[in-house]
Amino acid sequence: MSDMLFPLAVFFAAAFTNNILLTNYLGMCSFLSVSKEIETSAGLGIAVTFVMAVTTALNWVVYHLVLLPFGLEYLRFIVFIIVIAAFVQLIEMVIERYSEGLYFALGIFLPLITVNCAILGASLFMVIREYSFMTTFFFGIGSGLGWFLAIMAMAGIRQKLKTAKVPAGLEGPGIALIIAGFMAMAFMGFSGMIAIG
Amino acid sequence: MAKGIYKKTFMAPLGKDNPVFVQILGICSTLAVTNRLDNTLVMSLGVIFTLALSSFTISIMRSWIPSRIRMMVETMVIATFVIIVDITLKAFYPEMWKSLGPYVGLIITNCIVMGRIEAFALQNKPSLSLVDGIASGIGYAYVLLIIAFVRELMGTGTLFGFTILGDWWTSWAIMIMPPGGFFMLAIFIWIAKEAFMKEATS
Repeated sequence: MSDMLFPLAVFFAAAFTNNILLTNYLGMCSFLSVSKEIETSAGLGIAVTFVMAVTTALNWVVYHLVLLPFGLEYLRFIVFIIVIAAFVQLIEMVIERYSEGLYFALGIFLPLITVNCAILGASLFMVIREYSFMTTFFFGIGSGLGWFLAIMAMAGIRQKLKTAKVPAGLEGPGIALIIAGFMAMAFMGFSGMIAIG
Repeated sequence: MAKGIYKKTFMAPLGKDNPVFVQILGICSTLAVTNRLDNTLVMSLGVIFTLALSSFTISIMRSWIPSRIRMMVETMVIATFVIIVDITLKAFYPEMWKSLGPYVGLIITNCIVMGRIEAFALQNKPSLSLVDGIASGIGYAYVLLIIAFVRELMGTGTLFGFTILGDWWTSWAIMIMPPGGFFMLAIFIWIAKEAFMKEATS
């Protein structure tokens, strides 16, 4: 595969074949607790996509320009978390100031995002897989979109599920996990399309 | 009395307040490694270590932490212990460190650690918080170990890498792939909930 196409391949792989939620189980907590309504899921999904795309790129810059030259790789966990938390805080202040509508739509989700494992996970994956900046950027967007896709599908299914009769012990998270299992199986069907890690 | 409270604190997370199947917390970072028993064991020990010591540390500092920035302080303390786990693994068990990949770092965002600190360590004295941290960690670890046991046994016919089931066993590839983790956890939650519901009504 040519170098030009590699970032695009990573993008599709991150969104479909290696969906960060369905193959790496990242971001499960908010996935299970928020996916009850379609509107809230969409809000959280958009917020996650946006924050993930920007913070993975930011963390790439910080890691390669600050941590590596000074031999401080072991501090990456703390630094990545600070970057993510600071960025989320900043975004919250900016949209609170300039767009009240957007603040009410997304504002409540932003604090949730700081502790979303998927965001930190994407940053750690990009370090381990040694992506270039361009690839990292596409990887961040792709992972975010994949997460968005998964939570939207889940919310849609769970709304239909309200009328279904579920065994008492499986209600809530139990049935959601089984649905996620089937979704993961469905997403495995994409794996023939692109074969990269 | 004083002794009773320690025992109660220790027993609750193992049963009726189990962080995994009652509160559904913190499955993100660890479910991914449950396709092999040895990986799960190391990750569980990492979680117990982080959980116990960060609960303890936060509990010591609890009266000095300004409540506005307490999340940030908590994250820093957790991250410090996770870094200790990470560099220890990297130095002594490089093979294991490689196969765990990013998941050791993800203990930081594991909701269970933050959850126990917020719910318990901020209100209780250090020794009690330490007990709660260890117990929650064990309550979390045993669920994952059971899941990993079933997944590895059915998925590859091995346990800790040793062949247990002979040639007659056809490996269930789905068990070691991602859907297997979701199904196993769901089944476990189902069984646990049924058992506890029966206990509550009788």
